[in-house]
This record gives sequence, structure tokens and C-alpha cells, in this order.
Amino acid sequence: MNWPDTFSNLKLRVHSRESSLFSRRVNGRQGLISSWNWPENVLVTRLTDLVNWGRKNSLWPMPFATACCGIELMATGASRHDMARFGAEVFRFSPRQSDLMIVAGRVVMKMMPVLERIWLQMPEPKWCISMGACASSGGVFDTYAVVQGIDRFLPVDLYVPGCPPRPEQLLQSLVDLQEKIQREGTIDPTRKRREKWTR
Amino acid sequence: MDTLIAGLRDRFPSLATSAFRGQARLTVERSSLFALLTALQEEHDFDFLVDLTCVDYLDYPADAAFRPLARFCLVYLLADTRAVRRLEVRSYLAESALNARPLSVPSVVGIWRAADWLEREVWDLFGIRFDGHPDLRRIVLPEEFEAHPLRKDYPLQGRGERHHLPRVDAQFLALGPNR
Repeated sequence: MNWPDTFSNLKLRVHSRESSLFSRRVNGRQGLISSWNWPENVLVTRLTDLVNWGRKNSLWPMPFATACCGIELMATGASRHDMARFGAEVFRFSPRQSDLMIVAGRVVMKMMPVLERIWLQMPEPKWCISMGACASSGGVFDTYAVVQGIDRFLPVDLYVPGCPPRPEQLLQSLVDLQEKIQREGTIDPTRKRREKWTR
Repeated sequence: MDTLIAGLRDRFPSLATSAFRGQARLTVERSSLFALLTALQEEHDFDFLVDLTCVDYLDYPADAAFRPLARFCLVYLLADTRAVRRLEVRSYLAESALNARPLSVPSVVGIWRAADWLEREVWDLFGIRFDGHPDLRRIVLPEEFEAHPLRKDYPLQGRGERHHLPRVDAQFLALGPNR
């Protein structure tokens, strides 16, 4: 059977009746599923894969843009680079409606409680991209007020190097994050991380 | 401008005058600072406080052309917007007086309303108090910050304040349908 290209590109684990999972022999007998006569155009997959497929292709970013990285973030969302190609074009300025925090720019200690509060207000499951040298390490701002990497306070999934990173780099990080989301569990994928990070 | 300065010199004998690139600069003792600024605003029409800042001359090179009289120097930049004149007023504060107790300078908020936030900024970053300020709180740094980081004896990287913040407690977040 020829599967449409869209599905293979999405890396959705799709099983046909010819695929090895269902045609393997169980206890010396052909499996029940494979012996059943499937209608055409039916996809079979795991719930985890299906849910994660939906999650990763409709990330709603919360732009926490505090510096020049924010300009690149805007360029990434704009028409030339077009984040919509990866399903992440719906920038939400309310943490309640977003599930991907993109921290773009340096964060000073007075801003940190604000960032933390926004992060806590985002519903689970949620992910975090630390965009640029400043958000990841403080960058050149090794001073008394600048937090030396937001990962001291937030669980970061992906770090994007650069000062500021090109939109292509941010798009690559988005693709990488999608791969990571596809590998996660279904019910509460970020629970382990959350337990580690919250007191 | 010359007649103005001559008149002020008669009235404030301790006044030292100099010029930098054509701009007059008055240096006055702290005791007569407030009287001088009041006179400049009320009698000489300096109606606009352009800036109020402070300089820390700690470890200033001894062989420099400019010799600071003490460690801290308060700088008032004034302007007369009608006659288009500018004037700089300086007043030095010795470190020994700072260590004895938080040294205070009379606030000029009553003379120029613009001094409100400027004096808060000097208090925040240099730790110089302004007597009579209506609301002398930190303006740039968080309230729990204890040091005054623009003092030259404060380390650039700080003393760990940047990573020891009061954390936000999830318990006190406003609850919505998603949590």
C-alpha cells in the first residue's frame, strides 16, 4: 500500500497490514489483527504517537522577547521565514493559551519573577526554548543584575546559540523540539521535569 | 553668565567656578548647596533640571588633570529654557561622612519636580540619601537588593544577588480553568 507522502513526512508511526508489527506471529500463530481483513485507507498507530503528533504540529509560542533576539523571533514569525510552515505561527500573548515559551533575550533579576510567573501560568504540557546567548548563559552581560542563564530558574528543553540566532536556527530548534515532543509520553509528558524543578 | 556668577560669588564665598568647553561649572560646599540651587531657580530663572547624577571618584588616578575634592560628587545640570543658558553645579561628599551614617543631601524635589526619580536613582545606585524626598525608594533595582552597585568598590558581578531571588510560589498564582 502506498501511504500519502504527508504521513511519512510527519513520521507518524503508521502500520499497515503488511507491516512487521501486525504480521508477526504470536505463539506460533498469525496475529489476530493481521488476519482481520482491513478496509483501504485505515491508519493504525499508538495513542501516544497520535497525541504527540498533534501536539508537536500545533505549538503555540509565548514570546518572551526582551532584547534583540526578539527582533529575530519576529522575523521568524513573519512571512519570509514563516513559522506557520511548522504549525507554530499562533503567537499568544497570554500564557494561558500557549504551550511553548520562547525566551528571547537577556533576563535581569528584576524580570525573573515575571518570567517565572508567566511560566507557571502556562498549562501543561509545556516546553521552553532558550533563544540566544543571553537567555542561555547571560552572554556578554556578566554583571550584577543579569541572570546567567534562565535554566537556573526554568527547565529549558532547547538552547539556541547565536547572538542573535538567525531565524533559520530558531526554525531548526523548533524542528528539533518537535522530534523531542514526538518521543515523549502522552498523559503528562513533562511531569518528571516539573517534579525536578518545582519545590 | 559672568554677571550671574559674580553675583553668586558675592553671596556664596565658598563657591568655586570653572568652565569646561565653554560651559560654566560651579562647585559648592554641601552646606550651601540647597541655598544656591534655590537661588538659581527662583532668582535666576533656571527652570529646568536637565539631570541629577553622581560620580564615584574612588581610585581616581592621582596624576589625572582633574582632581576630585572627595570621593562622591553630586552633579546638577540646570538649564534656563527662556534665555537658553546652561549651568553645572557640583558638590562633593566625603566618604568618611558616608561611613559614619547614610549621608544625606537636601532634596530638590521642592524646587524641580523632575528631581523625584533622579534622586531615587542616585539613592538606588550610589546610596546617597536625599532629605525631604517624598518617596525615596529604589527605582531600578528590586526592593530586596541591599547594595548600591554603581559604587566603585562594588564588584561588577555582584555578590550573588542575581541568582538568589525570592521565588514565585505557584500556590499564589491566580487560578484559571487550565490549572
